[in-house]
Amino acid sequence: MSVPRFWRKIRQRYNLEGTRCTSCGRTFYPPRSFCPDCRRAGETVPFRFRGRGEIVTFTVIRTASDAFAQQTPFVLAIIQLEEGPRVTGQVVLEDVSEARIGMRVRPVFRRIGTEGESGVIYYGTKYVPDVPYPDA
Amino acid sequence: MRDVAVIGIGCTTFGEKWGTSFRDLFLEAGALALEDANLSGEGIDALYVGNMSAGRFVEQEHIGALIADYSGMASRHIPSTRVESACCSGGLAFRQAVIAVASGLEDVVVAAGVEKMTDVETSTSVDALAAAADREWEGFVGATFPGLYAMIANDYMHRYPLTREQLAQVAVKNHYNGARNPIAQFRSEITIDTVLRSSLVADPLRLFDCSPITDGAAAVILAPLERAREFTDAPVRVLATAQASDTIALHDRRDISTLDATVVAGRRALEMARLTPSEIDLVEVHDCFTIAEICAIEDLGFCRKGEGGRLTEEGETALGGRIPVNTSGGLKACGHPVGATGIKQVCEVVQQLRGDAGRRQVEGAEIGMTHNVGGTGASVAVHILGRA
Repeated sequence: MSVPRFWRKIRQRYNLEGTRCTSCGRTFYPPRSFCPDCRRAGETVPFRFRGRGEIVTFTVIRTASDAFAQQTPFVLAIIQLEEGPRVTGQVVLEDVSEARIGMRVRPVFRRIGTEGESGVIYYGTKYVPDVPYPDA
Repeated sequence: MRDVAVIGIGCTTFGEKWGTSFRDLFLEAGALALEDANLSGEGIDALYVGNMSAGRFVEQEHIGALIADYSGMASRHIPSTRVESACCSGGLAFRQAVIAVASGLEDVVVAAGVEKMTDVETSTSVDALAAAADREWEGFVGATFPGLYAMIANDYMHRYPLTREQLAQVAVKNHYNGARNPIAQFRSEITIDTVLRSSLVADPLRLFDCSPITDGAAAVILAPLERAREFTDAPVRVLATAQASDTIALHDRRDISTLDATVVAGRRALEMARLTPSEIDLVEVHDCFTIAEICAIEDLGFCRKGEGGRLTEEGETALGGRIPVNTSGGLKACGHPVGATGIKQVCEVVQQLRGDAGRRQVEGAEIGMTHNVGGTGASVAVHILGRA
């Protein structure tokens, strides 16, 4: 992915910023600038998601494209956000066999991938099990 | 609208064809189809070519012009159009050709599909295929195609009865059929153990749950039904053409385990042909992964949701069963040159309806269906063909 292509979505990727339709209230992440329900009657404004949710379905990716080859095996999931939409994201687990449908997760800021050894490092949102922080 | 008939078919062998170039693949399929229709090439009015990603696979765009040129049609300046809809490109090229003939605008039309996938390394083709999903919000976070279909499989197995063995039986059946198809990439039978012992690609899908990377091309020739017997003694009539779309990303679907675009395109096709699923004698479905065939036979109405695994296990989708599925070997065993698959499906059904399918012949087949999917179900083409 080219630098400008990544750069222009930094806010949305780092901060889980999607959109909300002011007409029907439906929220969108990934962001949509056009509400599919209200169409021209709707107007969308930025909406920041807290990003808590649960795993609807998942897989463990064992064979990935070059950009992700060093991360395998990793858990990829579709997550139902409490605030409405579903998103695709990685779930960070010490042991990939711990992933479960229905597992509660929360978002974390992580490195997503790198473009070769000297290319851009992409950051964004991954998910971790939504458990209380351990006592310090 | 005029009735449309298939008057000729041609298909290369499918496989890793190191010695054959992109343009040679297309020419071979086109020549076979012309020969089958007793045409020299002079009578062709237009070309429609399904191709997903020549830009990524062979660094060549402008496929319509290239193919017209190398088919010897450049001097006649006929219209030549590339059609792209990921793995559904072939199905949509066929549909565009049907519409062109049905409208009366064009008479004798070639619908073809071609993909040359082995001129790049596997990781490059995996990434090129991932472009059929949402690059910004699926591919960006590491989604692969096996990964997306694996999430469909996990959702399905969480909600409906489907055993790992039933899923493997889809591949076993399709390899059995592929072993009886001279053009198939894999012509060996396998067992459930072969599938279960193969390496995990994306849990729960293993290597033998996945269709391969394939080079191949297929072409069919269409004409108005009223003129079909000028070219062939065994024309096949196009009874229905239907297409539907859905969200590009799997996470935005109404139901992860149901391909709504398949449901809608299937229903539209059956309505257009005034048929019910029980009147279909065979169907070529888009089994890019074993789970995709289970979903397809349910979503097309051959059984209820959740019954696909049992139907497969009981042999109802095998040759000799109630509704033979993927007699060609499907994408799994025949191979999946993405842009060509939708046209190959038509070639298989036409062969079956002509009674020319040899050891994989469905006895007395009169009506067949094809089902071609783009991505994880964002575009679907369904066609119904019948003996004319």
